Amino acid sequence: MAKQYETVIGLEVHVELAAKTKIFCSCSTAFGGVPNTHTCPVCTGMPGSLPVLNKQVVEYAMAVGLATNCSIHQYSKFDRKNYFYPDNPQNYQISQLYLPICYEGGVEIETAAGKKTIGIHEIHMEEDAGKLIHDEWEDCTLVDYNRSGVPLIEIVSEPDMRSAEEVIAYLDKLGLIIRYLGASDCKLQEGSMRADVNLSVREAGTEKLGTRTEMKNLNSFKAITHAIEGERIRQIELLEEGKAVIQETRRWDDNKEYSYAMRSKEDAQDYRYFPDPDLVPIIISDEWIQQIRDRQPELRTEKLVRYRKEFDIPEYDAQIITESKKLADLFEEATAICKKPKKVSNWIMGETLRLLKERGMEPEEIKVSAGNLAKLIELTEAGTINGSVAKTVFEIMFQENMDPEQYAEEKGLKTVHDEGALRTTIEAVLAENPQSAADYKGGKEKALGFLVGQTMKAMKGKANPGAVNQMLKELLQ
Amino acid sequence: MANIISDETIEYVGILAKLELSEEEKQQAKKDMGSILDYIDKLNELDTAGAEPMSHVFPVNNVFREDVVVNGDDRENMLKNAPEQKDGAYKVPKTVEN
Ligand SMILES: [Zn+2]
Repeated sequence: MAKQYETVIGLEVHVELAAKTKIFCSCSTAFGGVPNTHTCPVCTGMPGSLPVLNKQVVEYAMAVGLATNCSIHQYSKFDRKNYFYPDNPQNYQISQLYLPICYEGGVEIETAAGKKTIGIHEIHMEEDAGKLIHDEWEDCTLVDYNRSGVPLIEIVSEPDMRSAEEVIAYLDKLGLIIRYLGASDCKLQEGSMRADVNLSVREAGTEKLGTRTEMKNLNSFKAITHAIEGERIRQIELLEEGKAVIQETRRWDDNKEYSYAMRSKEDAQDYRYFPDPDLVPIIISDEWIQQIRDRQPELRTEKLVRYRKEFDIPEYDAQIITESKKLADLFEEATAICKKPKKVSNWIMGETLRLLKERGMEPEEIKVSAGNLAKLIELTEAGTINGSVAKTVFEIMFQENMDPEQYAEEKGLKTVHDEGALRTTIEAVLAENPQSAADYKGGKEKALGFLVGQTMKAMKGKANPGAVNQMLKELLQ
Repeated sequence: MANIISDETIEYVGILAKLELSEEEKQQAKKDMGSILDYIDKLNELDTAGAEPMSHVFPVNNVFREDVVVNGDDRENMLKNAPEQKDGAYKVPKTVEN
């Protein structure tokens, strides 16, 4: 019988924090600026410049640590990781090796196989590097230091994952928690969340870990899944052939769907870490930790429990709505105003999700306010506008967030409750469609639908379909 | 001299520091590093059991900045520090990722 292998995976996840300024200087972290317009002597590594730590970065790191059940090192400091590369103007990266801000936590994930806790070894703060751009015209490289010094946290997991499915579930969970905290938008595609995968295989039932490789440049769930599968097979094949797995860093090529060993530097990596003498230690008091704890928003797991108790909406709706803090906020605020959780949920699950998908948008980009959504629901419930008009109005509110009542008024979309006008219109429709009227009277129920449609059309959509239905039946008797 | 620095060590330190040393410089560096280590060895004469390693000279901690953008675009000035520049960027020899 062929040998059975177990895959052992640990992740190093880099998350770009949502701070407005860099970790050690007051330059903007805004994305996509003209090259080198967000730089200063600190983030370009000029001799004599001094880094000063951004307090917000410490607080975001603490918030993420607390939300992932980590302990906080109340005495923490920064170290220099030394290496030469043009993206790193100081020739060292400021990071935390010896006393990372958070340690020993974990998050619970759920896969088809059930629930499981993935341990977090540590979370440390560090700075991002600059961006290298290959020049197309000359054989040279151009360096943009706008990213240099952008604050990151690196979340190092324990080697607790056994499959790509667990890896994705873990990343999903981290992303959800961090987005809820507002500490980052955690987008893999845009690089605000980056995952390096450490993977080894071992014979099933054995304790000892195999030699691991590290894979970089994985910027989608698809790439991560394919890279894990490919690397697992590559390592098993080596072992089956009696060869050894070499501990190395491999780079994933998304187009070729293949990973290759990155050229090892002349020598083994020797970063010669030492404490950064420019940065003083961080001492975190119990009070400070408590302050951060008090400020934590209700996270998704707690929210779900509360939704089940407070709102009469389907479990599936609650799951989807709480996946995004923005949707959850919209739901809770609109419900607080109109007191109709089921209606609000329907607008979110239906039209909102449809428009998001159709337009390729993120929930954060939704413009409609809870107040205006609640108002739209009330207008519909009161029969002031009918269902199809409401959908049209919502589509515009979705991006422009105007007052639906005022809009319906201005555009003449309010349902006409004038019984006389409705009767006149229906009489005209019946006169124009004698065959349909006869069909209905002859027992063809379907003919009524056609007549309702004709009446709605004649009323320019502003009639109440229920009222039209009723009056038609009355006049056809 | 109690500390003898090997040729391999000097070679390795040279690679890490990106220095190309002449034979003469290597010999001098071996001597200098040896005597630096000898000097540090003096610490062994002290009993440091129980002493916390010191990473900072001053008893200062928690020096923070508020998260407010203060720096504007100073690219022109910053690029004056570049040995070479092109299109508003620092120009360096071709650096391949892999
Ligand atoms: Zn700067």
